[in-house]
Amino acid sequence: MSSDRVGIVGIGQSAFRSRRDDASYPDLVREAVVLAMHDAKMELDAIQAVVYSLSPDAMVGIGNAERLGVDAVGGRSKPFLRINTGGATGISSVAAAYYHVASGMFDVVLTAGADKVGECGDSQTVLNKIWDPSYERPLPLGTINMLAMSGVRYMQRYGMTEEDMARVAVKNRRHASLNPNAHLRKVVTIDDVMTSRYISWPIKLLDCCPQSSGGAAMVLASERFIRDNNLDAVWITGVGHAAETYWMGDRMGNNPTAEHADAYALGRSFEKSYRMAGITDPAKQVHVAELYAPFSNTEYHSIDAARLVARPGDSVPRLRDGEFELGGRIPVNPSGGTLCTNAIAVTAMARVAEVALQVWGRAGDHQAKGARLGIASGNGGDHQIFGTMVIEA
Amino acid sequence: MELLGRQETWNITYDHALGETASWFYTRIRDEAAIYGRRCAKTNHVLVPPRAFSDETLLPTTEWVKVGPGGRIEAFTMVYERFNNLPDPPYAFGYVLLDGADTALGGYFKGIDLTDPHQAAKKLAIGTRVMTTFSAVRKGEMLDFWFELDG
Repeated sequence: MSSDRVGIVGIGQSAFRSRRDDASYPDLVREAVVLAMHDAKMELDAIQAVVYSLSPDAMVGIGNAERLGVDAVGGRSKPFLRINTGGATGISSVAAAYYHVASGMFDVVLTAGADKVGECGDSQTVLNKIWDPSYERPLPLGTINMLAMSGVRYMQRYGMTEEDMARVAVKNRRHASLNPNAHLRKVVTIDDVMTSRYISWPIKLLDCCPQSSGGAAMVLASERFIRDNNLDAVWITGVGHAAETYWMGDRMGNNPTAEHADAYALGRSFEKSYRMAGITDPAKQVHVAELYAPFSNTEYHSIDAARLVARPGDSVPRLRDGEFELGGRIPVNPSGGTLCTNAIAVTAMARVAEVALQVWGRAGDHQAKGARLGIASGNGGDHQIFGTMVIEA
Repeated sequence: MELLGRQETWNITYDHALGETASWFYTRIRDEAAIYGRRCAKTNHVLVPPRAFSDETLLPTTEWVKVGPGGRIEAFTMVYERFNNLPDPPYAFGYVLLDGADTALGGYFKGIDLTDPHQAAKKLAIGTRVMTTFSAVRKGEMLDFWFELDG
């Protein structure tokens, strides 16, 4: 296996903000690509193929905006694919870049993208349109309402309270305050969260991710190329994806396979990536995690699905004990996570990038001490399409 | 420097065909004020809303089954924030397992005072019995019915 490894050799991320009025959409992609190429100490000529990370077009307001991205990634005369799995897009793009290299067809592959959700400012109108026009579109569905209902079920099954949700926001904001690229960096208290207005019960304003703008890019290379060119790298040792039914109402009712309180397919995806990486006891073997959680309640079922705790629901008391803080047993979302930065097209790529920086020992003020093995995840669709990775130093 | 912008609006009208299964479902709602699901012969599960095939067995569903009008709440939320193109808040909606069905159907919860979210959440607790209410004038669509607390 060791000769077939795929490494991450370059990472670029914007300092994410609500708006970037100084930059057009391709300018933002270009910004991340330049940072990643600089980090990899390579010229764009070295890139043999590009995987383009772009979720729903309506979020940036440009139909098939990947066309505008071709020049920003130096894509002329190169294989160029767009990936879209909704919120999971970024990690799916890294996975696709991984497959390019692992197949043996390419030695160096770039994955990049950007989003300007702040220019849309109306992401829930866009996200209402992900529901099927036959039955569910007339209902006021959006991702907040969908995940509020997951939270209601999680509360009933595992005893999570609104204060427990607030603890996730407080932890992640504290982490984000240490990350110069995070969008929401102001520290908040449990009281701040609890007194913020309800959006969709039980989710309050400060339980929600922001609408962010910015870009991300990563360069992946084969072990042979890394060795031959004497490059520094961290390694993708586990890759998983799993989908589940579109129908949210099938994740409840009589004995559902994929309970809506939990993240069933995320758990299946982690199983695959753990098996590939040879991880048998994630609660002991994982040092750091960047788990896609756009609303505070969803961090709990993500920690459960990653098996960082003994059984589903244990994430709640363990988080209360501080186990997932920087300095705790397994820091979860030391970057501040999706809760503090959500440029949807690249959010799940940022999860991989941040874990890579952690195991590389390059995460700066939000470094988890001694992290050598980390995990990342991305969730897309109506809580439906999940991607996971294991990254090792 | 001075940074400029342009406003753009996307406003596209689609004329979606609903297909045979949803069309049958909505005509029964319109003409009979009744909700039907589709049974999978292999698992015996009744899928509501009805689908032409089961996502569990991947086999075609074989039989229409009348479900409800009673049921129990499986999930709910109360929305207090105004979103573009959605109703004026507050409103409550969620998913109900209708009697005779195996999967839950989405719909609004009406007749509940949402002024105090904590009190309303207790009234809408998972497991609470509800009754389907049909509008007197029905067009054959999801908004022809909603759920109210039973009794």
